[in-house]
Amino acid sequence: MALEYDIVIVGGGPAGLAAGLYAARARRRTALLEKGVIGGQISLTETIENYPGIESIGGFDLAQAMLRQAESYGLETHYLEAKSLEQADGKWLVRTDEKDFLAKAVIITAGADYNRLGVPGEERLTGRGVSYCATCDAAFFKDEEVAVVGGGDAAMDEGLFTARYASKVYVIHRRDQLRASRILQERAFANPKMHFIWNTVVTEVLGEEAVEGLRLRNVVSGEESVLPVKAVFIFIGHHPNTDWLKGLVPMDNGGHIVVNEWMETGLPGLFAAGDVRKNAARQVVSSAGDGATAAIAADRYISEHFRE
Amino acid sequence: MAKPKDVTDAEFEQEVLKADLPVLVDFWAPWCGPCRMVAPIVEELAQEYDGKVKFVKVNTDDNVDTAVRYGIRSIPTLLVFKGGEPVAQVIGFRPKSELKKVLEKALS
Repeated sequence: MALEYDIVIVGGGPAGLAAGLYAARARRRTALLEKGVIGGQISLTETIENYPGIESIGGFDLAQAMLRQAESYGLETHYLEAKSLEQADGKWLVRTDEKDFLAKAVIITAGADYNRLGVPGEERLTGRGVSYCATCDAAFFKDEEVAVVGGGDAAMDEGLFTARYASKVYVIHRRDQLRASRILQERAFANPKMHFIWNTVVTEVLGEEAVEGLRLRNVVSGEESVLPVKAVFIFIGHHPNTDWLKGLVPMDNGGHIVVNEWMETGLPGLFAAGDVRKNAARQVVSSAGDGATAAIAADRYISEHFRE
Repeated sequence: MAKPKDVTDAEFEQEVLKADLPVLVDFWAPWCGPCRMVAPIVEELAQEYDGKVKFVKVNTDDNVDTAVRYGIRSIPTLLVFKGGEPVAQVIGFRPKSELKKVLEKALS
């Protein structure tokens, strides 16, 4: 027997938590499914200082506060991974390995997962110097030389965090300028521990038991080199977690779900919000806004299509 | 009530390596967000496996020697010890169902 809800939300990042808050306050029986850590990407973010009204807060703490707030209005959280979604007599059936959920409306807030480099040595040495979370692992590399790969906000933010511990942080970026926001660029350039290696990609992570270095290639000159470092922190963008929805929902080439301004997918009762959707600004505040919009739309959809 | 016990560098040999039962060691630190998600799951598992598996926690900030000896470079990391040897390792946050699979495999 499937568990029955008005609204099922798939994914517990800022979009899902905001949707959960609004749906629960609309007095809709609402379940939120989370496969990993509440907060998603922000649970690994050291500090968030661009969420309006909150000057500075740890990402994990912000996520926990959002969860407490939503649960206080009746949101039910299940730590399960949605495996499939199908239409069932005007409702939606969400399957997980343990339980099935039947809902009048579903909001997909499955977020995005970090990209891997896809080079030899990366997978083998993950947790042995290869890291996707500086706030988790930087402290293990006190007074060591380390590298950060990427040129966006996450790379700068995490690089600056890493510099608190490491003696030297090499920032390896495939272009000749950063994509990060100006304020983070200014901080990164001003930090004497940060050294920039431009127009360069990592072709291999070297080391037997632990990371010992990186093989690099300059994309302009083609020159190859080896950089001895004890750790490499990788922040080269994200991909939406939508593989499990392929063929069901219209998506763009990057796998982002296409929605209108009410977060409607075009399939009745199915909404998508946050980093999974096309043209998302990929910020905590915009994701939360998306989630609220989707919940309001879902609430209205249920009122219009189900007798209450 | 079985609650994961905090173990120091000095106690590690007696509490973990010389333990009669298999031991799950939760390597964590106070500043690590995902570690705070793992802790309640480890506590639940400690209840469920009471009498079959011993559960301990090692704060890697205060017990650097043990963390270095087992090559911990990322937390949360869970190590399962049997007869003084690590037999299973889980790096990063994993849902409870996956941790149970790791424990079952290590017990069999």
